[in-house]
Amino acid sequence: MILNPKIFSSDIEMKATREGFSEGLLLAGDENKNVVALCADLTESVKMDGFTKKYPERFFEMGIAEQSMASVASGMAAMGKVPFIGSYAVFSPGRNWEQIRTTICYNNANVKIIGSHSGVTVGEDGGSHQCLEDIALARVLPNMTVIVPCDAIEAKKATVAMAKTNTPAYLRLSRPKTAVITAEETPFEIGKSQVFFTPKEKAVAGIVACGHLVYDSIKAAKELENEGIFVSVLNLATIKPLDEEGVLQFVESSGGKIIAVEEHQKYGGMGGAVAEFLAKNRPTPMEFIGADDVFGQSGTPDELIERYGMGASSIKEAIKRILER
Amino acid sequence: MTTILSNIKIKELEEKARDIRISIIEMLAEAKSGHTGGPLGMADVFALLYFYMLKHDPQNPSWSERDRLVLSNGHICPVLYATMAHAGYLPLEELKTLRKFGSRLQGHPHREFLPAMETSSGPLGEGLSQAVGMALALRVDGKENQVYCLMGDGELNEGQIWEAAMLAGKEKLGKLIGIVDRNNIQIDGSTDKVMPLLPLKEKFEAFNWHAIEADGHDFQSLNNALVEAQAITDKPSIIIARTIPGKGVPEIENDYHWHGKAPSKEEAERFISVLKNPSL
Ligand SMILES: Cc1ncc(C[n+]2csc(CCOP(=O)(O)OP(=O)(O)O)c2C)c(N)n1
Ligand SMILES: [Mg+2]
Repeated sequence: MILNPKIFSSDIEMKATREGFSEGLLLAGDENKNVVALCADLTESVKMDGFTKKYPERFFEMGIAEQSMASVASGMAAMGKVPFIGSYAVFSPGRNWEQIRTTICYNNANVKIIGSHSGVTVGEDGGSHQCLEDIALARVLPNMTVIVPCDAIEAKKATVAMAKTNTPAYLRLSRPKTAVITAEETPFEIGKSQVFFTPKEKAVAGIVACGHLVYDSIKAAKELENEGIFVSVLNLATIKPLDEEGVLQFVESSGGKIIAVEEHQKYGGMGGAVAEFLAKNRPTPMEFIGADDVFGQSGTPDELIERYGMGASSIKEAIKRILER
Repeated sequence: MTTILSNIKIKELEEKARDIRISIIEMLAEAKSGHTGGPLGMADVFALLYFYMLKHDPQNPSWSERDRLVLSNGHICPVLYATMAHAGYLPLEELKTLRKFGSRLQGHPHREFLPAMETSSGPLGEGLSQAVGMALALRVDGKENQVYCLMGDGELNEGQIWEAAMLAGKEKLGKLIGIVDRNNIQIDGSTDKVMPLLPLKEKFEAFNWHAIEADGHDFQSLNNALVEAQAITDKPSIIIARTIPGKGVPEIENDYHWHGKAPSKEEAERFISVLKNPSL
């Protein structure tokens, strides 16, 4: 897999996935004049400001009204537009979940939901704003595609790809700058998982990760390799539809033991999606990295990743635990 | 409650409001993130409520006879925390912990951390419904406690506010007083541009509320409005308090960019010296 050659260097570029989305939205807008953007008073935070400046007549300010925004977008989609709706994940798909369910998914309307500021890395704003439930909320809806990009470049590609599908999709973004682990040449396809780290000897376990924690997962795998423990890492950017074949192959080549890593509640998220599939098709011991049925709180992103047990050291501990099972 | 505030009282409230503003600047500079415009704009309203109007006991926050105050626009919590500290609910020293890991002063109010607050907030538009719930429950129990709900003007974009307003009108909740921080800004710019609200007073009247406009920086005007609202017992009342975001620091007043930005150490020093000596 072609990744950023600087992936293990300390001067790796840092960029927020919401920045990547911003570039992707401009590309999508250039390509298709039906692409429109709607925002609920968070245009700069969600990084729709670039699109707004370039295409002011294709941007619609909704005011602080996320429920209305979802259904307005549904109406626009019915008229042939490709609406991108933006807010923080806790408000969209959080607050407006039922509007998304009925007016977007039930109608199979071509609306793209952009949920920024997901997870505890929101930081100082505190638990009310740190959405740890959105993957669950989105993936439980029929017709919905769910994508959690691992870095800014993948976020850009996912945005462009989403604009070309004809169905509802959710893109989960983060606030802080995170490591850019892929390269422009790294392939991206909705619904395809990718092995991002293969250890030099046969893997005894595998990490399935999504979002910026893919980077922490790769770092953990590299450190473990130096300790003589060999684990591989799968980037599961599309959580729904699940790349069943890719996941199965990964389990087979990774010692039949899996650690799911995500910045989300352990219940209902990406790990849950993988577990549901594997329990039926290839029962596999699993460990879960994520929030343990708790809300977040104020702090720096690093403090909170540590406190809620989602960083590289927690991932390494989980590997050691699963190897004993 | 008398209608006319004495000059001595007004002077005292002015000093409280100034101290609250200084605390807001200090705590935000220390936190390095958070909201400045709204909290400074609401300092006078908070000073009047906590140091004159509210029935409450900082030594006994769960006193059952207290009035209830719901901060619906939770992002302005620096003004709530600073006022509570000056009123004796928490040590002034603690204000420095705003937004820090483990602090009771969460970036947005979380009642699990600080039970002296009536509720948690931050996600906008949800406070008025809770205040309506409190007023309904108190009425069922034959209680006379006043219920206050503070809201932002941008926050009024949320449909839930108007669902609650409709219910409060239907239920004729005479003990409910809403206060709107009418500062004409929200995140994306002026409220006029993002989502015009006018005519606002008439909107509430159409929902069967008693609506009053007041100058949010004039204690006498605010007090008159509150006394008038308390005298209305067959309808909920709304006070549309005209405020200046960033009030007290002329260089940031009315600038929507200061909605959600904290001052740097240097800015904080400058702002505080202006607050201490407005003629500078
Ligand atoms: C439901 C919801 N959507 C979006 C936000 C993000 N947000 C925080 S404050 C704010 C603007 C609020 O405007 P206003 O109530 O006028 O407050 P002011 O800027 O005057 O302090 C927004 C959109 C939020 N907190 N809750
Ligand atoms: Mg406002």
